[in-house]
Amino acid sequence: MSFWEYANPKRFMALSSAALPWLTGLTALVLGVGLIWGFFFTPDDFRQGSTVKIIYIHVPSAFIAINAWLMMLVTSLVWLIRRHHVSVLAARAAAPIGLAMTAIGLITGAVWGQPMWGTWWEWDPRLTSFLILGLFYLGYIALWEAIDDADTAADLTSVLCIVGSVFAVLSRYAILFWNQGLHQGASLSLDKEENVHDVFAYPLWTCIIGFVLLFITLVLLRTRTEIRARRVQALIARERMA
Amino acid sequence: MIALLIRDLRLAIRTGGGFGLGLAFFLIIAVLVPFGVGPDSAILGRIAPGILWVGALLSCLLSLDRIFALDFEDGSLDLLATAPIPLEGLVGVKAISHWLTTGLPLTLAAPVLGLLLSLPEDAYPWLIASLLIGTPALSFIGAFGASLTVGIKRGGLLLSLLVLPLYVPTLIFGAETIRRGAEGLATTTPLIMLGAITLGTLAVLPFAAAAAIRVNLR
Repeated sequence: MSFWEYANPKRFMALSSAALPWLTGLTALVLGVGLIWGFFFTPDDFRQGSTVKIIYIHVPSAFIAINAWLMMLVTSLVWLIRRHHVSVLAARAAAPIGLAMTAIGLITGAVWGQPMWGTWWEWDPRLTSFLILGLFYLGYIALWEAIDDADTAADLTSVLCIVGSVFAVLSRYAILFWNQGLHQGASLSLDKEENVHDVFAYPLWTCIIGFVLLFITLVLLRTRTEIRARRVQALIARERMA
Repeated sequence: MIALLIRDLRLAIRTGGGFGLGLAFFLIIAVLVPFGVGPDSAILGRIAPGILWVGALLSCLLSLDRIFALDFEDGSLDLLATAPIPLEGLVGVKAISHWLTTGLPLTLAAPVLGLLLSLPEDAYPWLIASLLIGTPALSFIGAFGASLTVGIKRGGLLLSLLVLPLYVPTLIFGAETIRRGAEGLATTTPLIMLGAITLGTLAVLPFAAAAAIRVNLR
């Protein structure tokens, strides 16, 4: 049995309805452990005090915000190449989540930046690229909403997603050229020495895994909603024809 | 294709509207800014590169929805799509004619407006160069945006929402070129990057736009 079997909406619905309760539980567990561990059982940073704990929401949401677009890019390509409706509906379902994660990343960043950098907002490369990523999400969602015909909307948004990806990367480097910023480098990476200390890193990794699970759960949930909405539309159309 | 270009140019000039409107809009932006920030020429000179680029970008945006919308409404886009030229070529011609009627006049008008905004003298060659190299990218990106929204009634606002984030790299490198020129720094890097963006959009976006038009004509 190939992976593409699940592009059949019926199979997808069956699998996702079986998986959702488990995924929801696992998300709650991992995210709960990660956040409680992070908030209550890690020491305060000696310079940042307890504001350092914003990292447990800030980093995972930023991680999801970027990777949600990546996921949308992949599913859009799958739609354009193999014409699987579930794929493009998953992209549609992921966009508002990505936008929400971008907003969470920016807001938690602002809340942290106020006491630490002394400013809510700074035209720093990372912050600016995130703002622009948010604009891309907005445009993508707006295009979906504006077009009535489902297949036309799917095609056009997929094209926009691909072109948008190229320009998002381009903007990232253009902005780096424009202003060297205030934001620190990567907090977590597999090959570097100057990562955050292990005391903070383990709960942070737990939170990231929790956010990924949360993202998968939400995307499945929203994709199921989209499929049902599509079915209702089809039924209404059939009624009208009859 | 040349016949098509000439037809588009004639239409743009004779029907009025888009052609002069962008220029007038550019002029008004440049005139309004000093009222907003005050007549201090030191401040104006500092922000002039950015104002001129943002102004050019917005004036460009103003006429974008006309690239395909008129032809789509009266059905000539269908005819052009079935004509023996590739749709990608059609998009290219449309973008070029848009550039000739907006980007080029804007470039020519910009030095005068630079005078109004007391742009430093050293910056003028870079102002013209960066607009000349950068505005074609605006037209090509805009043609892509217009091809996405051509089937939507009153898609103008959506078009701006889609296109403005795509304009960010062009704007950054364009304004940076003038700023560096004004300060007497080396301008090669941003100018080269600007040229790279223009050439890249010119090479790739007609294909994306043609794909979108095919979907819209389905």
